[in-house]
Amino acid sequence: MGDHLIFVQGNEACVEAALYAGLGFFAGYPITPSTEIAELLSLRLPQRGGKFIQMEDEIASMCAIIGASLTGLKSMTATSGPGFSLKQEAIGYAIMTEVPCVVVSVMRGGPSTGLPTKVSQGDVMQARWGTHGDHAVIALTASNHQDLFAITVEAFNLAETYRTPVILLFDEVIGHMREKLIVPEPGEIPLVQRLRTSVREGTDYHPYLPREDGRLPMSDFGGVHRYNVTGLMHDMWGFPTDNPQVAYGLMRHLFDKIEGHVTEIARMKEFFLDDAETVLISYGSAARSALHVVENRRARGERMGLLELQTLWPFPSGAVRERCNQAKFVVVVEMNMGQILLEVKKAVDDPERVFLANRIDGTFISPTDIRNILRVIQGKGV
Amino acid sequence: MAVMDYVRERFMPHIWCPGCGHGTIMNNLVRAIESLGLKKSEIVMVTGIGCSSRISGYLDFHTLHTIHGRALAFATGVKLARPELTLIVPMGDGDALAIGGNHFLHAARRNIDITAIIMNNSIYGMTGGQFSPLSGYGKTATTAPYGNIYESFDIVQLAKAAGASFVGRTTTYHVTSMMEMIEEAIRHKGFSVVEILTQCPTYFGRKNKVGDAVDMLNYYKDHTVPIGSDKKKENPALIERGVFVREERAEYCEEYEKTVKRAEKGG
Ligand SMILES: Cc1ncc(C[n+]2csc(CCOP(=O)(O)OP(=O)(O)O)c2C)c(N)n1
Ligand code: SF4
Repeated sequence: MGDHLIFVQGNEACVEAALYAGLGFFAGYPITPSTEIAELLSLRLPQRGGKFIQMEDEIASMCAIIGASLTGLKSMTATSGPGFSLKQEAIGYAIMTEVPCVVVSVMRGGPSTGLPTKVSQGDVMQARWGTHGDHAVIALTASNHQDLFAITVEAFNLAETYRTPVILLFDEVIGHMREKLIVPEPGEIPLVQRLRTSVREGTDYHPYLPREDGRLPMSDFGGVHRYNVTGLMHDMWGFPTDNPQVAYGLMRHLFDKIEGHVTEIARMKEFFLDDAETVLISYGSAARSALHVVENRRARGERMGLLELQTLWPFPSGAVRERCNQAKFVVVVEMNMGQILLEVKKAVDDPERVFLANRIDGTFISPTDIRNILRVIQGKGV
Repeated sequence: MAVMDYVRERFMPHIWCPGCGHGTIMNNLVRAIESLGLKKSEIVMVTGIGCSSRISGYLDFHTLHTIHGRALAFATGVKLARPELTLIVPMGDGDALAIGGNHFLHAARRNIDITAIIMNNSIYGMTGGQFSPLSGYGKTATTAPYGNIYESFDIVQLAKAAGASFVGRTTTYHVTSMMEMIEEAIRHKGFSVVEILTQCPTYFGRKNKVGDAVDMLNYYKDHTVPIGSDKKKENPALIERGVFVREERAEYCEEYEKTVKRAEKGG
């Protein structure tokens, strides 16, 4: 085991995990605070015959990984803030064409160029609604390197299972912080390989005809089946159509394959929730401070617990409602103006009990920050 | 094989207007591929958005109809992932050189083995006749009602300067040389650019009162000359056609393979 213990940045842990998951293709464009991912992969991918390419911008990087993924390679890009904005149109294309891929976005302060080297969690809603049109999406996050590793592998697994882009929404503190990571043995975390069609060469293959369970077996693009891929509304052959029935069917399929599996996709961690009167809900690096506060308060006998979300989208509303129904106070701890707060308010029976503990100035939210806000919320004065 | 063997009849008729030059290009592209003896399954055709970009849907290759301007970026992903495939990327002039201009420059600089075919009708056809980077000074378009005040790009010069290792220009009037040029471009190892002047009678034609498709074809006949022709010296406004660049240069995917070898040794 000793060999597998490393002391790394979150961005490095992400690279280790992507390689563990079988990453075959990476395209990217440098931007703080995600650049280390591209740098490390330019070193590591060629060593195993994988493909690394630095493209001319983030749009091109996103497009390139879609092309590569279609041919059968597990593909990833990594970016931050402005670069994540640029990728949005192509992310929508991957959603529409059902191409598995992983998009890492290490959040920094925004809007615009904002605070390039400082932390924020301001892109949670962008991950959900950044590309135009109705759609469903998967976005995951983590608060420490061991979890980050597992959740990155999970991102590849979910991308392949649901044939969709999966967004890994980390933040600057997680990306740059150094801590220990035990790299799991091969096989320790199961890997999902792409479902490939059993339709033989020469037989009519329907690339966009879902099986009964909603899954679409793929045929490697450029292989034995020739088919069309388009971002236009399309039929089971992948051909453009504006037939309302086909359009309805495809919209429902794209939505249901994700929103209909919220429970399977939901990843979360619970700390002292059983009898908690105050429930903190947090994610990413903010959850580290939240946990610190909860552990301290518990030691003093206060009934406080933490629900740490790892799946942000689809939002696990049912699970959140259930964990909050006994609580007097629900406090969402995040580094934005209340993006997950809105979802929690929508999910719970009594939104009046839901409060926000946040920081939006590029400074990491500390346990003291949370304690100060809790004092106000719990009516103990400032 | 006959031309129709390359066409997906299920998706006919096509959306192109009567007299549109895009059909002529499709026809000659298929003939070029046939003449090269390439199998349909060896070919990946990637397109963006525009009337021109619809070509991919009609042809029985591996076809990827993507987003406006980004076809070359998608194609780069496919090619680097599977270098043994033959990549052909037909684009409109707006698709290739307005929204996609930067991707075009960088694909050329990489000299990645992709054949870019620019179906240059000097206008945005699909969106209804707005001016493109190739419309030309003084031309009329739906967004240039008082006349276009931009000069055009010279695609040949641009491709050359950016590093494309094969660059040619032809027109929909010159079908035989078009076919041969596409054939040579596909055979060429590296980034190949074929600019094809093609008529959009519906918008460019009508807006600029240059007549119907036949008149526009005759215009290409009368206003273009082979490279180096004496006529060009007398009348510099004539447009040259032919192959301008034909160079052997390091190709991106091959260079990448060398990188892998170096990395495997060191790693
Ligand atoms: C991001 C984006 N911007 C704008 C459009 C609208 N649009 C579709 S095709 C097109 C231009 C088409 O012109 P060209 O590329 O020259 O091809 P043609 O239709 O003339 O063959 C535009 C502006 C789009 N689809 N996507
Ligand atoms: S609008 Fe112009 S480019 Fe488009 S199909 Fe019609 S003639 Fe061709």
